[in-house]
Amino acid sequence: MPRLADLGEWERELLLQMLTEIPDFKGQPWIAGLPLKQRRVAIITTSGIHRRDDIAYADGAAANDYRVIPGDVEADNLVMSHLSSNYDRTGFQQDANVVFPIDRLHELAVDGVIGSVADYHYAFMGAARLPGLEPKARQVAALLKRDAVDAVLLTPV
Amino acid sequence: MGALGRWIEEEGIATTQISLVREHTAAIRPPRALWVPFILGRPLGAPGDPAFQRRVLLAALQLLEAESGPQLADYAEDAPLADEADSGAFVCPVSFNRSVVEEGLASELQREVAQLAPWYELASRQRKSGREVRTTATLSGLAPEAMAKFITDFISNTATPSYRDDVPLPLALRLVTQDLKAYYLEAVAVQPGARAALEAREWFWRGTTAGQAFLRLRDACLAHADDTVKGVGARSLVPLAIAPRPSGSDALRRY
Repeated sequence: MPRLADLGEWERELLLQMLTEIPDFKGQPWIAGLPLKQRRVAIITTSGIHRRDDIAYADGAAANDYRVIPGDVEADNLVMSHLSSNYDRTGFQQDANVVFPIDRLHELAVDGVIGSVADYHYAFMGAARLPGLEPKARQVAALLKRDAVDAVLLTPV
Repeated sequence: MGALGRWIEEEGIATTQISLVREHTAAIRPPRALWVPFILGRPLGAPGDPAFQRRVLLAALQLLEAESGPQLADYAEDAPLADEADSGAFVCPVSFNRSVVEEGLASELQREVAQLAPWYELASRQRKSGREVRTTATLSGLAPEAMAKFITDFISNTATPSYRDDVPLPLALRLVTQDLKAYYLEAVAVQPGARAALEAREWFWRGTTAGQAFLRLRDACLAHADDTVKGVGARSLVPLAIAPRPSGSDALRRY
């Protein structure tokens, strides 16, 4: 799951309806790079998480705003205020790494599987409206470059 | 999420992603994606299982070493179900009386919240693992009794203001309901695994007064004059799998 056959009837219908509205990027652009063990990796998650003392995701245009998550955050100090009710939160309630695998990423760096972990990671609310989102994404890209990041893992909910 | 990755990649940074809805990712064709057969909300598959999470993460990262794309890989390993011993019928530590008349909703919800309190404390301590007790039910800053009161007050009178001047009403409704639901689900989070997640959902929506209150709150929001409050009712309170199907040919577009 979620294989579509496992979902409720109109949940499935809604997901399929979205197919008519999403773009086809054809795999482009394609940025090649160094072997994994030399990469500096950041996570961008669209799960609507943030630090416990940060501001919850708002409605309206501000729904496109992102939250910064320091690389040394304690995973237990993350909470979730995504506006959608259509996904399981009990996994995240038990272990933030099931959505935002920051502890696993640090372990891969210690083991030499990846080069290093970025100083900062970023969270968006996935249901944010697309028109206002692009400037925010490009802003995050500029910040990632200043952090010498050359690989990004995107995680949904 | 596909669009975010596209813009990041346009800026010269390689991206790989975990995909939960394969049909969407196959249509978007991002440069690199790993489809995983897990439930929505669990892209790494298994809470509290670092070895499993590491395998998923590695599979997604290894796509960065592919020579050309687009790459859409399928992750073959299903998330582990709850242990055999735990995989029987979902058992809530507290049994509730489900049938509630309108007038009794507020008091019944308060009674239910109070019944769960010791289990919520216990569940929090079980997750402690040597650090601060972790709970995710802290968005609103309200105590559970106050969350319940705000919800039933709003159902009785939709002119009820936000619980705080600096929190707009739609956001207040969203944060309070997310907190109260987290309070319930953390209290019964004794069984790990995907099966338990779906059973817990059934329990919350079919077996608790809170589930009934959320459905009534949804109706109150959908009838509200403010479009943002309507949006909360449509999208943020009751999952599609539980909500009554909307009527009208274009009704799904509201979601």
